[in-house]
Amino acid sequence: MTNTNSPVLEMQNVDKHFGGVHAINDFSVKIERGKIHGLIGPNGAGKTTIFNNITGIYAPDSGKIFFMENDITKTTPHKVAQLGIGRTFQNIRLFSNLSVVDNVIIASNMDAKYNMPQAIFKTAKYKKLEAYLREEAMDLLGFVGLSDKANERASSLPYGHQRKLEIARAMALKPKLLLLDEPAAGMNAEESLDLVQFVKEIKSHFDITILMIEHHMDVVTNLCDHCTVLNFGKTIAVGTPAEIKSNPEVIKAYLGGDE
Amino acid sequence: MIELFSQINGAVSSFFQINTYLQGVIIMMCINIIAVLGMSVLTGFTRLFSFGNAGFMSIGAYTAAILTVQFKVNFIFAIIAGALFAGFIAYLLGSITLKLKGDYFLITCLGFGECVRVLFNYMKGTTGGSAGYPGIPPYSTMLFCVICTVLAFFIAWRFIHSKYGRNLTSIRENEMAAEAVGINAFRFKRMSFTFSAIYAGWAGALYAGYLMYIVPNSFNLAKSCELITTTVIGGLGSLTGSVFGAIIVTVLPEAFRALANYRMLLYGLAVILIIMFRPSGLYGYKEFSLKRFIKGIINLPQNAKLFWERITGKNKIKANKGDNGND
Repeated sequence: MTNTNSPVLEMQNVDKHFGGVHAINDFSVKIERGKIHGLIGPNGAGKTTIFNNITGIYAPDSGKIFFMENDITKTTPHKVAQLGIGRTFQNIRLFSNLSVVDNVIIASNMDAKYNMPQAIFKTAKYKKLEAYLREEAMDLLGFVGLSDKANERASSLPYGHQRKLEIARAMALKPKLLLLDEPAAGMNAEESLDLVQFVKEIKSHFDITILMIEHHMDVVTNLCDHCTVLNFGKTIAVGTPAEIKSNPEVIKAYLGGDE
Repeated sequence: MIELFSQINGAVSSFFQINTYLQGVIIMMCINIIAVLGMSVLTGFTRLFSFGNAGFMSIGAYTAAILTVQFKVNFIFAIIAGALFAGFIAYLLGSITLKLKGDYFLITCLGFGECVRVLFNYMKGTTGGSAGYPGIPPYSTMLFCVICTVLAFFIAWRFIHSKYGRNLTSIRENEMAAEAVGINAFRFKRMSFTFSAIYAGWAGALYAGYLMYIVPNSFNLAKSCELITTTVIGGLGSLTGSVFGAIIVTVLPEAFRALANYRMLLYGLAVILIIMFRPSGLYGYKEFSLKRFIKGIINLPQNAKLFWERITGKNKIKANKGDNGND
C-alpha cells in the first residue's frame, strides 16, 4: 500500500498560535525515507512546537500532518507513538526512579501481548514474552553501550548516558521515524562528535528516518542530508547544510556575525 | 458454608491459641491491608491521590450486606459482587474525572466519598440510613480474612510486576514520556483507580461481615485519610511497605489502648516524623527483603547509633566514617 517514494512525514501549511504569539507560521516539510532532516533556528523559533504538533501534544490550528500517508493531524500522543514515531525531549525525560533496563522495557509495552489473567497466573506465554522483552531490551542497551549499567537507577547515570538511554528507549518502540530534540545540547565538541557517530550507527543499524532539532552547526553539517531553517515561526531557508550555511538570510538570523 | 468456615476457623484458632480479641485484631488488620494495597497501587505506583476510597469501601460493604441479608446470596459471591460493583463505579467516575489534571481529581474523589456517605444516610429504605444496616451474617472469620489477604497480596504483586505495573509506574515517573512511548495514560490511570476501588470494596465487604452491622458514617473522610496516611507511612511504591504500614496502624492503637483518643494526633505525628526522616516512607520504592533485614538486625547497634547521630544532627562526618568502616 505504501509507496516507497512517498515521504515518511509530510507537514502541509501547519499553523500554531499561542494567544498572540504565532509559534509556527505556514510550515511545510517533506521528509524522505532514510534521510536525516535537520530543523534549525534560534531559540523561540518554533522548533519544539513543530515536534509537539507532530507527536500530538497539541493539535495545529490549521494545516495537515501525514505520517506514512496516514493523517495524524489530530492524533493523541500515545497513538502517534504506537504508529511508529519515537521521540526524545529537550530536557531529558527518563523514568528516573526506575532501572535503566526497565526504562527500555516499558517502551516495548506494545509487544507485551498478554492479558491480565495471564500475568496473574504467570502462564508460559507470559514468561516467554517477558523473557523475550528483557532480552531485547538488553540487546538494545548493549548496542548503545549501557549493558553494564542495566540495573542502575536511570537518574544515577551521567548526562551523556542519559541522552543515550533516552534514544534507546525511543528505539525500543521500533519506530520508523525518530524525532531528536537537541540531542547535543550541553555537550562539548568531543562529546558531540561522539553523538554524531552514535546517531549514524543507529540510523544504519535500524534503517530509520530521523528529524532532529539541533543548534550545533558541526553536528548538523556532519549528519543532516537536508535542513529547514526557522526564525520566528517562519521558514527562511531550505537546503543542504552547505547551502544554508552560505544563505545570507540564515547568516543574518542565526549564524550571526561569525562569518 | 459459613458454618464450615467458622468451624475450621475455630479449630485453627484453638490450635494456635488465638483468643477472640486477638482474632478481631487480625481481622481488622487484614481488612486494612486489603484496602491499603489498593491505595498503594493508586498512590504509590500511579501517584494519584484519592480521598474517596472509604466511599468505595462503603459501596462494597453495603452491596455485600444487602446481597447476603435480603437476597440470601452466598457470602463469597456477595463479596465478589461488592468488590466488582465498587470497581464499576470507579470505572465510571474515572472516565469522567481522570481527564482532569492534578488536584481536580483529588477534589472530585473527596466529593464522591462524602456523596456516598450522605446518599447512604438518606436511602433509608435500602440501607437503613443512619440507624445502620443490621443482621449481616458473620462470614468474615479470621481464617477467611487471612486467605483473602494472601490472595489480595498475591494478585497485587503479580499485577505490579507485569507490564501493567510497569506502565503505571512510568506514568508516575513522567506522564509525557509515558505517552511518548505509546502508553495511554488515561486508560492506565483509570485501570489503577478501578483496581484500588475493587480492593476497597473487597475490604468493605469483609468489614460488613466482621461487624455484622454497618453505618454509613464509619466510611467517612477520616477513614479515607487513614488509608492514605497508612500508604505514605508504609512507603510509596512498595507493596510490602504498605502491608507493614497497615499492620502498624492497626496494631499500635490496640497496644496503646489508653491513648485511643489521641489516635489521629499520633497519625499526624507519625506522618510528620516519617516525612522528616524517611520522606519515601518505611519502604519507599523498595520491597522488603529478608537478606537486608537480617543484615540490618546484625548491624543493629551501629545502625541505631548512626540513626541517633542523624536525628541529633551531631557528627555528620563521623557518622559517614562509621558507615564506611562497616562496609
